[in-house]
Amino acid sequence: MKQLLITVLTLGFFNASGQVKISGKISDNKNKSLSGASISLKNTYDGGTSDSTGGYFFITNEKGLQQLEFSITGYNSLLQNINIGLDAITLNISLKEQITELKAVVISAGAFEASDKNKGAVLSSLDIVTTPSANGDLTSAFKSLPGTQQVGESEGLFVRGGTATESKIYMDGNLVNNFFFTSTPGIATRGRFNPFLFKGTIFSTGGYSALYGQALSSALILESNDLPEKTQADISFSVVGAGGGIQHLAKDKKSSWGVSYNYANLWLAFNAIKQKQDYFQIPVAHQGDANFRIKTKNGGFLKYYGYLSSNRVGFRTSDIDSITLKNAFSINNINTYQNLNYKDRIGGGWKINTGISFSTNKDDLKNELQDEGNKKVTNSNEPLYQFKNFSLTNLAKYAQARFVLEKRIKGLTAIRFGSDYFYSNEQSIYTLYNGAKFADKITDHLYAGFAETDIYLTNNLAAKVGTRAEHSNIIDRWNIAPRVSLAYKLADNSQASFAYGIFYQNPERRLLPATNGIDYSKATHYIFQYTRQTKDFTFRTELFYKKYDDLYKTGRGNNGNFLAVNNDGFGEAKGIELFWRDKKTIKNVDYWFSYSYLDTKRDFLNYPKAIQPSFAAKHTAAFVFKRFVLPWKTGFNFSYNFATGRPYYNIAFDTTLGKFAIADEGRTISFNNVSFSVNYLPNLGKKDAKTFAVWVLGINNVLGQEQIFNYNYSNNGARKEAVTPPSKRFVFIGCFLSFGADRTQDAINNNL
Amino acid sequence: MKKLMFFSFVWMISFASFAQSEKFSAAMKKNLEAMDASFKSSTDLISMANNFERIANAEKNQWLPYYYAAFCQVNGGFIEQDKSKVDGIADKASTLIAKADLLSPNNSEISCLKSMIASCHMMVDPMQRWQEYGAESSSNLDVAIAQDPTNPRPYYLKGQSLKYTPEQFGGGCKTAKVALQTSLDKFTAFKPASELNPNWGKPQVENLMKECK
Repeated sequence: MKQLLITVLTLGFFNASGQVKISGKISDNKNKSLSGASISLKNTYDGGTSDSTGGYFFITNEKGLQQLEFSITGYNSLLQNINIGLDAITLNISLKEQITELKAVVISAGAFEASDKNKGAVLSSLDIVTTPSANGDLTSAFKSLPGTQQVGESEGLFVRGGTATESKIYMDGNLVNNFFFTSTPGIATRGRFNPFLFKGTIFSTGGYSALYGQALSSALILESNDLPEKTQADISFSVVGAGGGIQHLAKDKKSSWGVSYNYANLWLAFNAIKQKQDYFQIPVAHQGDANFRIKTKNGGFLKYYGYLSSNRVGFRTSDIDSITLKNAFSINNINTYQNLNYKDRIGGGWKINTGISFSTNKDDLKNELQDEGNKKVTNSNEPLYQFKNFSLTNLAKYAQARFVLEKRIKGLTAIRFGSDYFYSNEQSIYTLYNGAKFADKITDHLYAGFAETDIYLTNNLAAKVGTRAEHSNIIDRWNIAPRVSLAYKLADNSQASFAYGIFYQNPERRLLPATNGIDYSKATHYIFQYTRQTKDFTFRTELFYKKYDDLYKTGRGNNGNFLAVNNDGFGEAKGIELFWRDKKTIKNVDYWFSYSYLDTKRDFLNYPKAIQPSFAAKHTAAFVFKRFVLPWKTGFNFSYNFATGRPYYNIAFDTTLGKFAIADEGRTISFNNVSFSVNYLPNLGKKDAKTFAVWVLGINNVLGQEQIFNYNYSNNGARKEAVTPPSKRFVFIGCFLSFGADRTQDAINNNL
Repeated sequence: MKKLMFFSFVWMISFASFAQSEKFSAAMKKNLEAMDASFKSSTDLISMANNFERIANAEKNQWLPYYYAAFCQVNGGFIEQDKSKVDGIADKASTLIAKADLLSPNNSEISCLKSMIASCHMMVDPMQRWQEYGAESSSNLDVAIAQDPTNPRPYYLKGQSLKYTPEQFGGGCKTAKVALQTSLDKFTAFKPASELNPNWGKPQVENLMKECK
C-alpha cells in the first residue's frame, strides 16, 4: 500500500517537471497556411493559436494518450490522437474547407434578385418603389434592368425577344394568372399587387430552375413577407385614390393577420392632365386583400393571401377607318386570387414547400362604333363597321396545387423534387353586332413533375441540374425539359456562370381552340454570365442565345379571330447585356446603368416570314440615379430610359398572293423617357413619433419627349396612326402614413 | 495504516479540487490581465478568445470563460479589416455566448454581449442590415437593463450606438450623452460579483463623453 502511495506521488512529481513542446503548421487542403486556428489539448487548458504563417506551438504538462483538436471557422474540425511522452511533438495538419452559403459561389446565370438579405441580390426591396420610371409598379422597376424592352403600349415583361405572354409570375411558388389589370387597347395596365407585399423578388431573364414551367422567356418569382415587425395601420392618399390597411402582430409574435382596402379613381388626375382618350367611364377600381401568416415551431410558415378587386374603365378613340366615327371601348372586371402556402422542416433533413391557389377572372368587354354625337352607329351595311359593334365576356377559373420536397445531402448539396397540377377553365362568349353569339370553353389539366439537384463540389464550383416533365390535356403529349446551371468562382468577388435549358409553353388563350392538333412551343436558352460584386459595386455581363422552335402560326377562325393552326413558327434571339451599380464612387449617391443589345427575328402568328418583331428594339439602356439628402429628409430619384426605334408592320392579307404579306413597314423614332421623383419623410428620426409619413412626387417624362410605341393601320392600309402614351407627362402626388411602427429604420436601411 | 491511507486520500482529493479551482482562477486572471493588451489586433484577440475557450471547454460548467471567449471574438470582429471574415467571427461568438447562456440564464452581461454580436453583424453592411440587426442589438440592451438595472454596460452600449447614429435619425451626441451619463453614474456604484466577473467599459464611456464635448 505504501508503495502505491509513493508511486502516485512520484508520478505527480514527474508530471510537474515533464514539460513537452507540441508544434507544427496548419494549412488548408490547397496548402495555404491558416492563421487564427485554435489548437486545443482536449479537456485541458493547454493549446495555442496559429500565427500568420500557420505555425503554432504550446507547452504542456499532460502525459500519455491525449486528443488534440484543431478548429477554425469555415473549416471542418479535426481530432488527432497523440501520445505524449518525453519528446517534443511536431504535427502538421491540413484542414478541409466547409462549403457554406457565405463562401459558396451563387448560381446566378440569367437571374436578378431584389432582396434585403440574400447574397448576390442586385436590388433591395425598396429599390422597386423608388425607381421613378416604375411609378410604384412592381414589374415596371425591372424595365430598368437589362434584358427587358421599353414597351409602353401594353403591359408585361418583354424579355430577350420574347412576348409578354412568355413571362410568368409566381407568388410563393404559385402561378399568378391575371397579374395585370385586363388589357386595354394601346394603354399598358398596371400590376394588381402592392410591391410592399413582397420581401424578395427574383427576376429571371432565362435559364431558370426546373421548378418553373410554361414560360418560354422569363420567370418573375415573388416571395411574400413573413411576420410584420409590429402591429401597424397605414393610410394613403394620392391623386389617383386612397386606401388603408392594418397589419396585426400577435402578442407572442408567432402569427399575424392583415386586411387592406384601396380605392382608385382617376377623375382628378385625368381632369388635371389631359388624356388622349375621351373617357366616358373614368378608371375606377376597388381592391381589397386579406392575409394571415403563422410561424411554425420549426421556423416554417403557413401563409394565406387573398385578393378581390373590381374595376371599370371606358373610353372613346377616333376610329381609324373613318374620319368622324369613334370607337367606344369599355371593360368591367372582377378578379379574385387566393393563395395558401406552407413551408416547413419536417425532420430528417427534409423540407416541404407546398401550396394551393385558386383564382377567378371575369371581363365584360364592349366595343361600340359611335358618331360625332357619341350615338351608336347601327345603320351601316359595311361589314368593316358592323364588326366594330361587339361584346366579349370572358370567365376564367384557375386552380393550382403543388408540393416540393427538399433534402440537404451534405453541406449545401441538396436534392429537391415535386409536382404541380394546374387546372384552367376559360369560357368566352363573343357577341356580334347582330346578336349572333360564339361561345367556347377551354379547359386544361396540366400535370408537371420535376426533380433538381444542387451540387456544391467546392465553395468555388457549383451546379444545378434538373428536369421538368409536363403533360397538358390541350396538347395531349408529354414534354421533357432539362435544365443545367453551373457557377464557378474566379476570385473572391467574381464568378462566371453558365445556364442551359429547354422551356415549353402552351398557346395563350386567345389562340385557342386550335384548329388542328398542335404541340408545345419551345425555347432553348444558352446563357453565359460574368459577375463581379462587392458590397457597394456590382458589375455583370451576360451573353445569350435563345432559339425558338414550334411557335404558333395562326389562321382565321369562324368569327374572324386568329387561332393557332400549327407549330411552323420559329425564331432566335441573341445579344449581350451589361449592368453595373455603384454606391461608392460618388458620396451618398447610388446609381445603376444597364444596356442590352438584342438581335432577334421570329416567324409566328400571321407573320409572312421571320422578321424583327415589333416589340423588340435593338439597343435598350437605362440609367437610374438616387440620392438621399439626410438634413432635408428627402430622397431624389432620377431615371432615364432609352431604346432605339422599333420596327412596325402592316401585315395584311394579300388576296392576289392568297396569304399574309407585309403591306407596309417602318421604324418608330427612338424612345426617350426622363422621370423624376422626390420622397419626403418629415417624421424621419423623430423619437417615438406615432405617425410616419412619406410624401411622394413623381413626374414621368419630365421633358415631355415624344414617344411613339407603334403604328396602327386602317383596314385598307391607307392610313396609319401612331400609338402614343395617353398623356405626355404624368404627375403623381401622394402621401403614405403609417401608425404604430416607426419606419425610420426602413429609411436608414435603404438610404444611409 | 488504513487510517493514514484514508487521511491521505481525503487530503489528496481536497487538495486536488482546491488546486483545480485555484488553477481555474489563476488561468482566468492571467488571461484577463493579458486581455487588455490584445485589443490592438484582431489576431491577438482571436488568440485570446481561443485561450478562454479552452478553459471553458475543460471546465464545462463555468460561464465566465465562454463569456470572455465570446467577448474577445466579437471585439476581434469589430476591428477586423477584412469584412468578409466578420460574419464568421460573429457567428463563432454567438455559439460561445449561447453556451454561457445555458450555464447562467437571465444574465444581463450575456444579453449585452448578444447585443454586441448583433451590432458586429450589422457593421458588415449597415445600410442593408440595420433593420434586422439594429433591432436585435437594441432589444437585447433593453433585456439587459431589465435583467440588472444596476449594470452600467447596457447604457454604455446604448450611448455608443446613439453617438454613431445620425442626428436626423434620433442619434447624435446630445441624446448619446444622456445614456453615457447614466452609465457613468452606474459605474460609480457598480461592484462586480468577483474579480473574475465582467468589469470593463468605464474608460470607454469616459472617452465617448470627451468626444461629445
